[in-house]
Formats: sequence, C-alpha cells, structure tokens
Amino acid sequence: MINKKVNSVQEALQGVENGMTIMLGGFGLCGIPENSIAELVKKETNNLTCISNNAGVDDFGLGLLLQKKQIKKMVSSYVGENAEFERQMLSGELDVELIPQGTLAERCRSAQAGIPAFYTPAGYGTEVAEGKEVREFNGKMHIMEHAFNADFAIVKAWKGDTAGNLIFKGTARNFNPCMAGAAKITVAEVEELVEAGTLDPNQIHIPGIFVQRIFQGELYEKRIEQRTVRQK
Amino acid sequence: MLDKIGIAKRIAQELKDRYFVNLGIGIPTLVANYIPQGIDVEFQSENGVLGMGPFPFEGEEDADIINAGKQTITTLPGASFFDSALSFGMIRGQHVDLTILGAMEVAENGDIANWKIPGKMVKGMGGAMDLVASAENIIVAMMHVNKKGESKILKKCSLPLTGVGCVKKIVTELAVLEVTPKGFKLLERAPGVTVEHIIASTEAELIIEGDIPEMVID
Repeated sequence: MINKKVNSVQEALQGVENGMTIMLGGFGLCGIPENSIAELVKKETNNLTCISNNAGVDDFGLGLLLQKKQIKKMVSSYVGENAEFERQMLSGELDVELIPQGTLAERCRSAQAGIPAFYTPAGYGTEVAEGKEVREFNGKMHIMEHAFNADFAIVKAWKGDTAGNLIFKGTARNFNPCMAGAAKITVAEVEELVEAGTLDPNQIHIPGIFVQRIFQGELYEKRIEQRTVRQK
Repeated sequence: MLDKIGIAKRIAQELKDRYFVNLGIGIPTLVANYIPQGIDVEFQSENGVLGMGPFPFEGEEDADIINAGKQTITTLPGASFFDSALSFGMIRGQHVDLTILGAMEVAENGDIANWKIPGKMVKGMGGAMDLVASAENIIVAMMHVNKKGESKILKKCSLPLTGVGCVKKIVTELAVLEVTPKGFKLLERAPGVTVEHIIASTEAELIIEGDIPEMVID
C-alpha cells in the first residue's frame, strides 16, 4: 500500500504558490474543501486561477478568497450567489471565464483521463464558441473544448483511506470525482480518514491512484445555501 | 392570466409517463408539485441526483443533499447520486427526455437567452447551455413581458444566446406557444386573456389558426 496520508492541511497544501491554477470541487457550498480553502486564506496565496463550478457566497467557500482578492481569474459555470464576485467581475478587477457546466465537468474529466480535447454541442452558436473549432457530427454542430491544465486539484470526500481511496456522500460528490487526478497534484480532504483495508473495495468511488495527499479535515460547517423544508 | 403556480401547473400537463425530466431554477422547480395522476416521472438535477423528492421535513435537512438550485431536497426510492461528468453524460447523451427551464428572451426560431445581460448582470449559464444543446424536448417557463411591459417573445433575441434553434414550447402567464419552422404558433390562451392581448404583448408574429382554446388548469 502506498501511503498518501499527510498530517495536516498545511502539509497537504505544500507547494501551492502564487499564480498557480487550482481546481476545487463542490457545487455551491455542497462538497467544498472547507479546510483547504481556510488554509489558502491563511497562507495568503494570491494571483490564483481557480477552476470551480461556483464562487461560493460572500462570506463562505471561495468567497473568502475573493474577499481577500487572492483570486486573479475564476473559471466557473455559475456565479449568481456572490455579490462581491459580480462587483469584481463587472469592474474588471477579476478575470472570469464562464463555461457551460457540462463542459467544465468534461474538461476536468478529460484532464484526469488523458484526453486532450473533445467536441460538445454545448455553446454552439453562442459567445462560448467564439474562436473555437466547430465541427459537424451526425448532422449536429459541435465545438472543440480542451482539457484543463491545473497545478493542484483540491477535492473533498466523505470517507477516505490512507491509500487515497475516496467515497462521497449525496450530491456532495458533484465535481470532486472529476477533479481527482485532473491536476499535477491532487489533495483530498475527508470527513473521516481510515486505515487502508477498512473500506470495502466495491464501494470506492475514486481509486487512490488519483490522489497524492489525503488528510482528515476538521470542524466541517457544511453551510446550507437554501434551506427549504416542508411542514409535517 | 396565470401566476407562477399556474404556469407550473400548465407545464406539468406536458409530463408523460416514464419521462426523465430536468427542472431548471425558479418556476420550473414548482412543476414537480403538480405531476399528473397515474404517471411515473423521475426528476434529474444536474448537480448529481436522479429520483429527486420533495423538500425535507423541518429538522431533516442534509447539507449534502441539494438540487441544482442549492435547495435542500430528499430522494425517492430508486434514486441515485453521481458525479457532474456522468450527470452531463445523461444530458448530452439524450437520456433525459424533457428539459424545463426559464428564459429572459426567446426568438421565433427557437433561440433562447437566459444567462447574461452585458454590463449589468452576469450569473453564468450553469448547465443551461449543455441542456438546451442536447435535450430533444425543451419547454420554457417565462413571463411574456418584462417589468416595463416589453415583450420577451421576440423575432430575434437581443441578449447573448444560451442556445440556438432549440426551444420547442413556451408557457407564459398569457399563453402556450409552439415554436414551428414558420415561427410561433399560438396554441392556448390563459384563462381570461384575449387573443388580442397576446398579440399586443408579443413582438414576434404569431401564427393563429381558428379559435384558440383557453387553458384548462385545475
């Protein structure tokens, strides 16, 4: 067994430097690597390009890095919940690349799977297609999209083991499995880290080969963005 | 004239037995509350769940189980969770039968705009571009006119497009319109709304054949 366990978030994020491109899992505030984001704030790493479906809210998630102006460029599909983000983008302080969500996921997966580019119909005929190769397949128009090239992927899982195997819970899975192994170094933070051999190999969602460093996070807040309930 | 719930109820009549359906944020989400009796449908949410159920009871919310609108939800028997790449595989691969989403503008050739107002509002397209580029059947839930009373049903979209030539049907507070190769065809009027009112509220030309029936909404 190749041991991937590191003892702290500090150790996990060693080598993250100013100007790097970092992928971060999560959908809204669901399944985000809370401990790693807090550490990036503390480290004051700046000039970052962040690839993440959303940009958090004003005071949580990636919003914390935006507040401190540590992000130079965001690559996302939807940023509607963050007023500070919208302000920085409209004022030109923040460079933003908005891309269709399925394309975002596939650009991660392609990087993970060694596929340099692919064709998708998403965005054909829109400004997303500008400057991209267009090709017709089976009578339908497609545009070419490239795999991402990131320095670090930071993902969050529910359970993991010291071999780096990951299991996700509910919709906190989202982009996390697609980003694992999609960058030069993948860091996984998990709610519960167990010894290799404890998890059932049949139940592993992401094999440890995609993960270089794993640690157990602390004090997960798991903030709910829209608390919707019904009456009994 | 319909309210948002009325629009959702009318769209729910478009659901068919054994359909897999993706619901967008806003009015489309309400459609799940009015599934016609006697049919089975499953709702897909692009953040990675199939078999979405109603909101949880108070105190039973789980931060790890949400829909694409980031609302806490529950799952129904037979539900599954999956990652974002697989989720959009379902969508691009046309395994989802029907997409219901909102729009800022729709044009008579089926173009849709719903993600950006240059210089003013940029929320992003989320999964909408993937959904409209791939779904075989797309129904738009929207208001017919904006707050200033200007038509959002146009000859040509003025805002940046989300997708081209993809919308099949529109349900608004005033009418049900079908997108045909010749343009918008008026199918139904909302209760109490005249054909003249709909024509006056629509910038695009309408194809009107015979008497236009009034919607039947429970």
